[in-house]
Amino acid sequence: MGNKILEVRNIKREFKMGTETVRALKGVNFEVNAGEFLTIMGSSGSGKTTLLNILGCLDKPTEGEYLLDGTNIGSQSRNALARLRNHKIGFVFQAYNLLARTSALENVELPLLYNAEISAKERREKAVHALESVKLADRLDHTPNQLSGGQQQRVAIARALVNEPVMILADEATGNLDSRTSYEIMALMQELNQTQGKTIVFVTHEPDIAAFSNRTIMLRDGKVLRDTVNEGRKSAKDVLASIPAADDY
Amino acid sequence: MNVFNLLRIAWRALQRNRLRAFLTMLGIIIGVAAVIAMVAIGQGSKKSIQDQLSSMGSNMITIRPNSNVTAGARLDATTVQTLTLDDVKALQKQSQYSSAISPAVSTRGQVINGALNWPTSMQGVSPQFLDIRKWELQEGVIFSESDVATAAKVCLLGTTVVANAFTPGENPVGKIIRFNKIPFTVIGVLKSKGENAFGQDQDDIIIAPYTTVQKRILATTYFQNIYVSATNANTTQLATAEISTILRTSHRLKPTDEDDFAVRTQEELINTFSSTSQLLTVLLTAIASISLIVGGIGIMNIMYVSVTERTREIGLRMSIGARGIDILLQFLIEAILISITGGLIGVALGITASKLVTTFLSWPTLVSQSSIVLSFFVCALTGVFFGYYPAQKASRLDPIEALRYE
Repeated sequence: MGNKILEVRNIKREFKMGTETVRALKGVNFEVNAGEFLTIMGSSGSGKTTLLNILGCLDKPTEGEYLLDGTNIGSQSRNALARLRNHKIGFVFQAYNLLARTSALENVELPLLYNAEISAKERREKAVHALESVKLADRLDHTPNQLSGGQQQRVAIARALVNEPVMILADEATGNLDSRTSYEIMALMQELNQTQGKTIVFVTHEPDIAAFSNRTIMLRDGKVLRDTVNEGRKSAKDVLASIPAADDY
Repeated sequence: MNVFNLLRIAWRALQRNRLRAFLTMLGIIIGVAAVIAMVAIGQGSKKSIQDQLSSMGSNMITIRPNSNVTAGARLDATTVQTLTLDDVKALQKQSQYSSAISPAVSTRGQVINGALNWPTSMQGVSPQFLDIRKWELQEGVIFSESDVATAAKVCLLGTTVVANAFTPGENPVGKIIRFNKIPFTVIGVLKSKGENAFGQDQDDIIIAPYTTVQKRILATTYFQNIYVSATNANTTQLATAEISTILRTSHRLKPTDEDDFAVRTQEELINTFSSTSQLLTVLLTAIASISLIVGGIGIMNIMYVSVTERTREIGLRMSIGARGIDILLQFLIEAILISITGGLIGVALGITASKLVTTFLSWPTLVSQSSIVLSFFVCALTGVFFGYYPAQKASRLDPIEALRYE
């Protein structure tokens, strides 16, 4: 398992706001192998959002190199980056970002629509398969307003999985969910990571969420403060089971 | 990049917001419907006039005393007086290219038959008038040359006069009616001709020998018109030239004098009316086109608003792999779909409106295929033109900023 998915080498990112220069990242270094479940933590202003954007090929570093699955993104054009995002990355956002008035199935198919090589039939099959793996096979035609927050996030995760990316990039994916539903999502993440070997990079500021991952990188003021393996990694399933079932929906 | 996928994406995006899409295309619908209907009305009236004038015989030539031919305005025999019996005789003797000649005078008056009466007009002509106008009788006989010589008080009635001055079922032939207090014997009934191009009832007429009208009613020796039919359609120009020469001599005009008459062929009349209705059609179309432009501006406004409203959606699409060009084409196709759909509905509405106008207002309409094709084309162009700038703005959004947009 020495397959390096992410290689982050001394990344720096500066923003010019008028006359001032904001240095969001001041030299970040780390590597991620296939199959890891990594959390990136930090308070506001630590640079974790900027780092996320660079990892997600939405932004380029001002200095340093970032290699995604062997490709140096600094040298890629805007269109090439879009292709990379389509093929290699699956985003999961805090606010789900599903298309309104659109069925779960169509939402999940969306990334595949931008991939000219996939036929309509394949697209449908892959989307159904992805929804099955997040256990929403019975709600294919539901629109977002017919789904709970947790279900919507699961649709978003299915969408992130549908084009078989090398990594899932989650930005505060449990931020809009209550604790029980958050644990359900984390259980799903762990399952995807353990049984399907998906590489997951999860950005959060909540320590109890970070406890479910294998490794935590702590950012502060644009630099890596700590890069540690989680010894006492919890199983979200177990945590769920231990919570008293209060109101049942 | 798959064109089908893009079409799908754009179509689904419009479907999500059907009401808004419809309201956006309303301007286009109205604009196109208006253009189609206006052109149909213009073309319909043009064709109807053409048909009318053609049915009178394309070899018919109309001579008027010294007038600029306005749209069918008729001059009173008493105001301009230059055409006389000598002219008619000169034409009969000298013209080689004319096959029939008839002078004409007319007057309005009241027809009285017992208890019934009806206001109508009487045309005084020679028997050849019916040949020239291709007008047949449905009953009775036409008056003769001797009737003309004696200024006999005989007449032919149009079907409208019969309907209003006689009881239903009564045969007017042989009866005596009074026109402006003068008794006339009805010797025939004209076949129905219906309305002319100006909406006038051609059957609301009495035809009598010109001598009768001149001597007994108007007390004039002048004519308002002389109608001539050329020997055939090809000789009309020759006939016209010939007539002018003959009349100039008959009126003793010096070479430097202007004509105190006007000779017009049916063709010229058709062209005059054609060009007038053409101008009308162009004007109406221009006005209707303005609403098309307004419709296009409406599309542009809504697309701009749409781009702003869907900023997060655009950010999302970019994050999952849509390139700038994918976003641009999506919004452009949305705009084109709106304008083309609006065009289709507008065409259907325009055709329906034209048919309704014909049914309820009895105006003739002729939907022109070229107006449909042109409108369609203009719609597509409108979509492209007015949709481009918002689409370009959408494609240039920064995905990170877009995703953060509230």
